[in-house]
Amino acid sequence: MALEVPDNVLLTKLDAIANWCRKYSLWPMPFATACCGIELMATGASRNDIARFGAEVFRFSPRQADLMIVAGRVPIKLMPVLQRIWLQMHEPKWCISMGACASTGGVFDTYAVVQGIDRFIPVDIYVPGCPPRPEQLIQAIVDLQEKIQREGTVMGREFEHPERQKPPLAMRAEGRAGPPGLIAAPPPEEAPYF
Amino acid sequence: MDVSAIVEGLQRDFPSIVWSEFRGQVRVVVSRDRLFPFLQALKERHGFDMLADITCVDYLDYPVKKPGRFGLVYVLTNTQTNQRLVVRTFLDEPDLVVPTVTPLWEAANWLEREVWDMFGIRFAGHPDLRRILMPEDFVSHPLRKDYPLQGLGERNNFPVIRRAES
Repeated sequence: MALEVPDNVLLTKLDAIANWCRKYSLWPMPFATACCGIELMATGASRNDIARFGAEVFRFSPRQADLMIVAGRVPIKLMPVLQRIWLQMHEPKWCISMGACASTGGVFDTYAVVQGIDRFIPVDIYVPGCPPRPEQLIQAIVDLQEKIQREGTVMGREFEHPERQKPPLAMRAEGRAGPPGLIAAPPPEEAPYF
Repeated sequence: MDVSAIVEGLQRDFPSIVWSEFRGQVRVVVSRDRLFPFLQALKERHGFDMLADITCVDYLDYPVKKPGRFGLVYVLTNTQTNQRLVVRTFLDEPDLVVPTVTPLWEAANWLEREVWDMFGIRFAGHPDLRRILMPEDFVSHPLRKDYPLQGLGERNNFPVIRRAES
């Protein structure tokens, strides 16, 4: 016996409809520390108009945001702040690492700059560029929307995937499992001297 | 009065100072124990009412022999006459202490904190000698020449937040 479905009823999965709601209302938290922040502002302004993709509600409180956009270099004094803000954001949450400095440290290969935020917090999308153009950031948001639609679950089970718990490729290449625990400082004569 | 004339006049009270002139800029080298009275005389008698900068140079492995490893530099300005004067003093390890000049210029407070942070030179009598740029738990003085550019691993010294636990 075929079940009669009226025209005003739509059948779907709860995951799919939750993802559809989430991906079109990303509320970014702008963690802008450098020139990438200017491009981030340009992306939010009228010409590039991030509102076309439903991500225009910039919140300066992590409690009200679900997408952290780290735009600019992160010095060692700021890294504890960044981690604290990330932990203060509610699930589900995502992170975009915008620009060369946030992703890898960029040209700032010095004692004071963290060589990529992905070493210490999870990152979903990397945006290359120095700084990236607003179009690139918009593309990152579109890619993130696709990612949310593809793998999102209502209960956030996709965040527990073992592949997502691994340290970033840069740290694996250095032969480090990625600490918890502090790295012992090498004695000065063995440290690389440039 | 010309800056060089001021310094020549001060040479009666401070016979140990050495001064030179390069392209109209007068530089004076003072020994550490005469530094504070010399700066005080410049401020109170000759109107150098603004301390533009305090900075330091690490002459470790410098090809030219210097009287000490660290050259401490005070840049003074007379805002009435627009005269500028650079006063330097040399320090050697392990005795890296100079008297603070905060009683003369309030601006010295943060400038001396910066020199302490970057070079590890202590300022005796400073009201609040803390680090100003680096984090408080930082132990090195990064602008010293024997500190490697990429640090001693401080930039990797953070807990890692994994996706599942955040």
